[in-house]
Amino acid sequence: MENLAEPTAPTTEAEDALARREADQPHSPVVRFGPDRPLRLDAGVALDHVQIAYQTYGEPNAARTNAMLVCHALTGDQHAANANPVTGKPGWWETLVGPGKPIDTERFYVICANVLGGCMGTTGPASLNPATGQPYGLDLPVVTIRDMVNAQAMLLDHLGIERLFCVAGGSMGGMQVLQWAASYPERVFAALPIATAARHSAQNIAFHEVGRQAVMADPEWAGGHYLKQGHTPHRGLAVARMAAHITYMSDQALHRKFGRRLQNRALPTFGFDADFQVESYLRHQGESFVQRFDPNSYLYVTRAMDYFDLAADYDGVLANAFRGSKTRFCVASFTSDWLFPTEDSRAIVHALNASGASVSFTEIDSDKGHDAFLLHEPELFAIAHGFLDSAAKAAGLPAARGR
Amino acid sequence: MAVREAVQDEPAVRFSSVRVDLMVIADMVAPRSRVLDVGSGDGALLDLLATTRGCDARGIELSREGVNAGVARGLSVVQGDADVDLAHYPDDAFDYVILSQTLQATRRPRWVMEQMLRIGRRAIVSFPNFGHWRSRFDLLIYGRMPITDNMPYSWYDTPNIHFCTIRDFVALVEVLDARMEKAVALDSSGHPVRFNMPWWVWNLLGEQAVFLLSRND
Repeated sequence: MENLAEPTAPTTEAEDALARREADQPHSPVVRFGPDRPLRLDAGVALDHVQIAYQTYGEPNAARTNAMLVCHALTGDQHAANANPVTGKPGWWETLVGPGKPIDTERFYVICANVLGGCMGTTGPASLNPATGQPYGLDLPVVTIRDMVNAQAMLLDHLGIERLFCVAGGSMGGMQVLQWAASYPERVFAALPIATAARHSAQNIAFHEVGRQAVMADPEWAGGHYLKQGHTPHRGLAVARMAAHITYMSDQALHRKFGRRLQNRALPTFGFDADFQVESYLRHQGESFVQRFDPNSYLYVTRAMDYFDLAADYDGVLANAFRGSKTRFCVASFTSDWLFPTEDSRAIVHALNASGASVSFTEIDSDKGHDAFLLHEPELFAIAHGFLDSAAKAAGLPAARGR
Repeated sequence: MAVREAVQDEPAVRFSSVRVDLMVIADMVAPRSRVLDVGSGDGALLDLLATTRGCDARGIELSREGVNAGVARGLSVVQGDADVDLAHYPDDAFDYVILSQTLQATRRPRWVMEQMLRIGRRAIVSFPNFGHWRSRFDLLIYGRMPITDNMPYSWYDTPNIHFCTIRDFVALVEVLDARMEKAVALDSSGHPVRFNMPWWVWNLLGEQAVFLLSRND
């Protein structure tokens, strides 16, 4: 651990404060629900105070029929297509969302909310518990993908959106898309789940457990009460992120990017410094992650993915989740994604076929691994554009402005 | 043989760019029906059925390029292998299941045909006729496997592993105990062979054939 943190500059207190401030007073619109509108959780309890932070792009049409919900992945947030207030970096899906892009903000009213359990303004373990005036920490009940989706449905009710033209997302965002289609079929006209699965695999649960153990093994984690003690277990979370980041990339992509090249040196040092570029890169990934993410939130959101098994709620038959669905689906996977391999997408497609739903499915050739859904993949853009354009026509939405 | 149909010389809709067998197939499909095209290629038939027949047309295609081209055009296509993935569709899911110029490339033609008749209330199959006089001529005179516009590959790099003749196909239909509702043979210029000719003439003059089948319930 000691070696790992060097030679990095520790996260400054100012950055820490900035990230923590986002949990309660984010740089986003928020909606707050009180005890009159409790959110019943799968854990068997109700949350009496729920805050949801969200961003919107584009404008709703008069009939409010052009709304698209974009669901973010594990460590994403609501800043899909604007500069991130903590990191200053572009939004995580600016490749796909924007004027004239496949998720065209001149055509669609795009909504993206921070998930329940997150740390960017929606109720999560770093939020203040109104009952105690202290951060929830581990007192927050464990949340599920379905809880996240139910919270999003409350947000849409608040925004006056009865029916979504489309729900789209990759990875954990894709799980939310599938849950939306199963829980609220009448509210979803089209669904675009990318690089995802209808259940989290044993291998993926195993990776998540490694990450959680890294967080909890950090002495500064303090049984989850670190915020009360005024510090943050950065080192454990950085290790968790490093391990996870490997799973987001393919062997080919790592090799193409770094190979066995050494970092700013001609010879190995015969020590445990970051000799290899790939080590230096991973350390950087870990360090930049801890500046924007709450360690407890990482525990909650990984747990939500682990618990996701859509078929389990439908007598073990995934097709039953989509029985009678009128939703149009477009499922996409990537050839080099070994975290959510094509077989996972194919299982979704087989279930949709068995339920008689309308589905397109394509496997996109890419060597970028799981992260491909966030990157420049022209084939994904063409497919998303074609699917959304034809769905928009079927939904009676006006054609895109000529460009 | 009443099933063999006199086809109008001019199909209802004519697209100069569309293969003639696709037009014959489209003419067999009732408007606004649910259709699955197995081996949908670039989606030409799906497009034709959706635009001219108002069908809910879906495709299954093996090649990634074909699928991506189709989905990017807004068609409903899944990437999959007919030899495996047809098993996942429920009974009677479609009004028609179509296999155009693909039967000869399947690993299990009989199984594929059985699945088509299970999934769809009707099946439409078009295939190149290996019994066409040109094929026989190439074999008989030159002693070489035939290479034609419909069968453009050399034997060593062809995806076509299960060629059959019209008579062979009719025998399979009997084995499957399916009902032949319509049959059309097209000559090398794409014109239907006259319907009152005997089978052996069809088998000689038909460069390709299109069959409309249903279950003998």
